Amino acid sequence: MATAAEKTRERLSVAKTYKLYIGGKFPRTESGRYFKLTDKNGVVVANVCRGSRKDFRNAVVAARKAQPGWAGASAYLRGQILYRIAEMLEGRREQFTAELNRQGIAVRAAEKEVDASVDRLVYYAGWADKYQQVFSAVNPVSSSHFNFSVLEPTGLVAILAPEDSGLLGLVSNLAPAIVGGNTAVVLASASRPLSAISFAEVLHASDLPAGVVNLLTGYRDELTEHFASHMDVNAIVYCDGGKRAARQIQSLAAGNIKRVVERSGIEWSKPGAQHPYLIRDTQEVKTTWHPIGT
Amino acid sequence: MATPENTLAFDGGWEYAPAPESTDHVEIDKRYGLFIGGDFVKPEKGRYFDTINPATEERLARIAEADAADVDRAVKAARKAFGPWSRMKAAERGKYVYRIARIIQERAREFAAIESLDGGKPIRESRDVDVPLAAAHFFYYAGWSDKLEYAFPGRKVKPLGVAGQVIPWNFPLLMAAWKLAPALACGNTVVLKPAETTPLTALKLAEVIADAGLPDGVVNIVTGAGETGAAVVEHPRVDKIAFTGSTAVGRVIQKALAGTRKKYTLELGGKAANVIFADAAIDQAVEGIVNGIFFNQGHVCCAGSRLFVQEAVADEVVEKLKDRMETLIVGDPLDKNTDIGAINSAAQLEKIESYLEIGRSEGGEMFQSSCTVPDTGYWCRPTIFTGVSQSNRVVQEEIFGPVLAIQTFRSYSEAIAKANNTPYGLSGGVWTDKGAKIFKMTQNVRAGVVWANTFNKFDPTSPFGGYKESGVGREGGLHGLDAYLSLEA
Amino acid sequence: MSVSALETRPILPDLSKVPAVDEVGVDERVARFCSRSIKTTAKLEALKLALSMIDLTTLEGQDTPGKVRQLCQKAIHLHDAMPGLPQVAAVCVYPTMVGVARKALEGHDINVASVATAFPSGMAPLNVKLEDTRMAVAEGADEIDMVISRGAFLAGEYGFVFDEIAAIEEACGDAHLKVILETGELGTLDRVRRASVLSMHAGADFIKTSTGKIQPAATMQVTLVMLQAIRDYFRETGRRVGMKPAGGISNAKLAIHYLVMLKETLGNAWMTPERFRFGASSLANDLLMQLMKQSTGAYQSADYFSKD
Repeated sequence: MATAAEKTRERLSVAKTYKLYIGGKFPRTESGRYFKLTDKNGVVVANVCRGSRKDFRNAVVAARKAQPGWAGASAYLRGQILYRIAEMLEGRREQFTAELNRQGIAVRAAEKEVDASVDRLVYYAGWADKYQQVFSAVNPVSSSHFNFSVLEPTGLVAILAPEDSGLLGLVSNLAPAIVGGNTAVVLASASRPLSAISFAEVLHASDLPAGVVNLLTGYRDELTEHFASHMDVNAIVYCDGGKRAARQIQSLAAGNIKRVVERSGIEWSKPGAQHPYLIRDTQEVKTTWHPIGT
Repeated sequence: MATPENTLAFDGGWEYAPAPESTDHVEIDKRYGLFIGGDFVKPEKGRYFDTINPATEERLARIAEADAADVDRAVKAARKAFGPWSRMKAAERGKYVYRIARIIQERAREFAAIESLDGGKPIRESRDVDVPLAAAHFFYYAGWSDKLEYAFPGRKVKPLGVAGQVIPWNFPLLMAAWKLAPALACGNTVVLKPAETTPLTALKLAEVIADAGLPDGVVNIVTGAGETGAAVVEHPRVDKIAFTGSTAVGRVIQKALAGTRKKYTLELGGKAANVIFADAAIDQAVEGIVNGIFFNQGHVCCAGSRLFVQEAVADEVVEKLKDRMETLIVGDPLDKNTDIGAINSAAQLEKIESYLEIGRSEGGEMFQSSCTVPDTGYWCRPTIFTGVSQSNRVVQEEIFGPVLAIQTFRSYSEAIAKANNTPYGLSGGVWTDKGAKIFKMTQNVRAGVVWANTFNKFDPTSPFGGYKESGVGREGGLHGLDAYLSLEA
Repeated sequence: MSVSALETRPILPDLSKVPAVDEVGVDERVARFCSRSIKTTAKLEALKLALSMIDLTTLEGQDTPGKVRQLCQKAIHLHDAMPGLPQVAAVCVYPTMVGVARKALEGHDINVASVATAFPSGMAPLNVKLEDTRMAVAEGADEIDMVISRGAFLAGEYGFVFDEIAAIEEACGDAHLKVILETGELGTLDRVRRASVLSMHAGADFIKTSTGKIQPAATMQVTLVMLQAIRDYFRETGRRVGMKPAGGISNAKLAIHYLVMLKETLGNAWMTPERFRFGASSLANDLLMQLMKQSTGAYQSADYFSKD
């Protein structure tokens, strides 16, 4: 997995093994399978874990376990942790740029993608203690009751990340889910999986509790049905995939009436690709009634 | 503890004489067509079915059965009406919806009587709850029609097109209002399918809509059973589906819509926990239990059908509940003193009775009030099961009848764990005099509506809808607008 | 005091165990009682029952023997034009008028009730209250309507209030004791409930809402809370304490709502003047007018019913 640049150096570099990120740990896929990621010249960049349904199952267990604690964390804390993730990513700007470059993205474009990803994290970090104020309501009911509606996280969100935006697309879908107190299991882009795993390292170094984000690499065709059918997943966010995927995902999601969120054809680099309605997509409205009396 | 020396007697003595609501102001046609394009029209195949009074088992009217071709006609009419309706000045559109609210208020008594005749619910409820809330719902959403840009900061809103709406038999007029009011205010046109056992008030509402002068085709009402509903759901030119009904059917609909990109909202089943802590206002809590499970014969998706009582007060609560049940009057839905009316249909009664059998065979101890019920019609006396647990079917499954499963608990953590131990998440109740505990409990119950020290309250301004298998989306309030709009940057 | 007397001496219960009351829930329950529709035979029966439960009352500084005698005449001759009417339960007067009422009601099965204990404020020392009570009983009162010391109750001096009631109860001898909570001064339904429990444990035969001198007087809300306290006390002890809402119940429709509430809260055993009273004066004529309407079919005029 040596790059051309490395070949000119005297020292042999140590290549990274890209693994999965489940429950705050970096296991290899339990299946032992992998797929080769090659650059445009056909040189192998990495052997990437071909995550299995059992890896997914384990990830869901970890995400479920982490969910109440994460949802119970203060909005301020969640915001700080997202901001911390941004800081960590900023600090590894060079690494991520190089990695994106190795996955076929021109350096300038790669730099822009990393910068945009950092900024996107900061954007959603800022929403942590504000979206509730924008989307909640006190409802003036006719009876002598105090009635209010607030948002609560849907729970456990499965995300099929965009295929063609390995880092920014991932961040753009992950951040709005977790800033709202959900935990997530994400399937990274199969063609650009490396940034996802490196991003997991960023998450790992950012005070994010174990299990809040779980990242898998693998084949979408193979894993979609499990993402969509798992009875302990509350919502599925899927990016692109066409009509066939849409049909498959929603049919299976009906097994436990999952919330199904489709995000197709979105250019994640555009400023319009970030807004609080993406947070709201994986929130539930809870309405509480209480009498007003003595 | 209850002994012969300290037991209250409610039987006999001063009894309320019959106080029937008069029906001389009610007009029901012998036969109803489909309301399509502003007119009542015959169904293509000429098929009709009976709608009966569940309290007498007598036929009230013959109702047209819409098939796929009829649904297609209705969708075409709605499609045609959509352009002008959605482009109309929003304030004008709102005024049409206000008119509907007003006419319902004017004809409230008639609507109430028909609702009770057709569905079996007590006139007290149709008069005091269903009909006024239906009018209020139209009134509330009417006002939104020219203010929608304030509801979604940073977004532009657009109506979706034709909304296909399939509603249940438990609150026929009210559910029609919940569906129609926001759809119309947001500029959509509608094809509505009422439930086959309770079509009359929706058809009466068609008269109101015509009287209100709504443009032809803005609201179309197609009657029929499941096949008619499926035709609405599957119609390719319907842009949005709103369904209220069982989780089983909701699942089928969600599947049927897969790949179509139709927007949908689902209001599905429930098995709500109603949790009484020892420090609660016990007498009001008992009343809350009664409202929670016996309101509308228990035909309520958000019914508080799983009661959890803290052990220290369990005996007291159950005794008081039994006393209260003895004062509930079961019988003629049109009698103003009736608390529990007729079960909506023979099929539903059969289902409820099968659960009573299941509950007993699972080892539950069943108590029913000692009241008498009429000979004809479909009736179920208020029923509670004690000695049941989370593993029993009467605790897990939605019965949709006046049947309460009672369990005890010891601690907060046990209560919350059991309350959430269900695939449903529509509603929940908590009773305690301690403020901090209320917030802890209401925050942790995984349900869309939580009633604290109250139960089964509804208001047009208050969003309603479930977590988990209880549905997707909200109806009512500002949050209910979302279902009928597309939000754009 | 003998050993046995010590044993039967009432004990102040732990009022912190008294269940909380939610005001909105009470309002809703009351609204539901009021939505009962009482027609035809049920209405007739209710009107008569309500009439039989009235404590016909005059409690004014300007009361004179003449006024009291007139009121007693009214009690005896409610509306002679209508045969088969029940009698009111009692005539309720100040202690100084007990003798007059006793004499005026001679030979009739109508009780004399007397307010006592420095009615209506209760702002007097215990010995004065005891003397007031003993005097009324000596003059022939069958029933004593005492007031609790609201100031002491609001100050949390429950023991004081309790002991006072117990002492008055003892002074009543054979006369029945009604304990007036003056709910309009207690402020919350929680306190109404605690005061009810306290009074019953101290020996009240009846608990009563109001003096009629303070607004609000009787409401269905406070009455419901008191009825529920009576029910719980009955469950605990087997003793049936009576209930008397007083003040503000001036028409038949409202009285019937109270009877609905009574029936659905305490059941048949309380549907009797032995256990339920209306403290009222103008209610009687409205009941009579409604009864007349039921029997003749014509709406009535007040000009045809005597006012005393």
